[in-house]
Amino acid sequence: MMVPRTDDLPFPPSVEEFYPPSLIDGAGYWLTKFTLLVWLAVGLIIVFFLVAYRNPKMVPTRGQWIAETVYGFNRENVAKDLIGHEGIKFAPYFTTLFCFILLTNLFGIIPGIQISPNSHIAFPIVLTAITYVMFIAVGVRKFGFARYVKQSLVPAAPWFILPLLIPIEFFSTFIVRPVTLSLRLFANMFAGHMILLVFILGGFVLLNANVALAPISLLSWLLAIALTFLEALVAILQAYVFVILTSSYVQGALAEQH
Amino acid sequence: MILAEISGSLSAVGYGLAAIGPGIGVGIIFASYIQSTARQPESARITQPFMWIGFALVEALALFGIAFGFIWLNP
Repeated sequence: MMVPRTDDLPFPPSVEEFYPPSLIDGAGYWLTKFTLLVWLAVGLIIVFFLVAYRNPKMVPTRGQWIAETVYGFNRENVAKDLIGHEGIKFAPYFTTLFCFILLTNLFGIIPGIQISPNSHIAFPIVLTAITYVMFIAVGVRKFGFARYVKQSLVPAAPWFILPLLIPIEFFSTFIVRPVTLSLRLFANMFAGHMILLVFILGGFVLLNANVALAPISLLSWLLAIALTFLEALVAILQAYVFVILTSSYVQGALAEQH
Repeated sequence: MILAEISGSLSAVGYGLAAIGPGIGVGIIFASYIQSTARQPESARITQPFMWIGFALVEALALFGIAFGFIWLNP
């Protein structure tokens, strides 16, 4: 049986796994596997939604039904339930965001690809930046800058405790929210990839160390399979949570202070 | 004179400590969902989105532990 030699295996896995080499030598450091994956995800989403709605029928075909379910879920449960009637105009953006994050997360378990672009902090940072600008801009456009700042920073509390509460509110709304939103998606994908690397490569390392450890290797690989299913669940959940939190922040910005 | 010396990765110890809080937190979230559904089954659909949001927020802290364990690793 062909088993990779241990000195070739990058075990224990390190942060270097997440810096893939440039694809074409002269092209520059930015053209890596991640770039291709992001372009692939965008292309797939565009093609899917275009093809699914090319000839819409009353009794939907399967592709049309999938597209309608995804859009309906985002419009009803994410936009309308959280934001209210005003939220429906955000539904297309939430659908696209959900599909993009779901697809890039699922790339982490699809054989052949097996890494998610979101495991590199840059991509969640961009998605979070869009959310950050969006909820502030929506609030400022509805209320005007001064009134928006007042209602988001000044809670309803007695005057003597406001010097303590206002910095806390500022920190919580304008600093912690974007940091944790990006870090949550990044850390989930990073940790998931690391766990899969540890168990899969660990099986090979055990086998190379001593052939008698083969049953332990097998256990390691079975656990890797179980963890792949867990990764699938985490991928879907993280896409859902990112979109739900974006919607919740927009709702917070649009809410009238009593 | 060195009285006692501990060697090895402090990041691993740090991650272990960091995992205590989120472990308890996630347990509390799901325990409360199960209990509330047992008391009033019709509320299950209403409270489910909050369960997932709460779980992701608490889990994020445990995952920061994993990620920062690697970032702060001493070479």
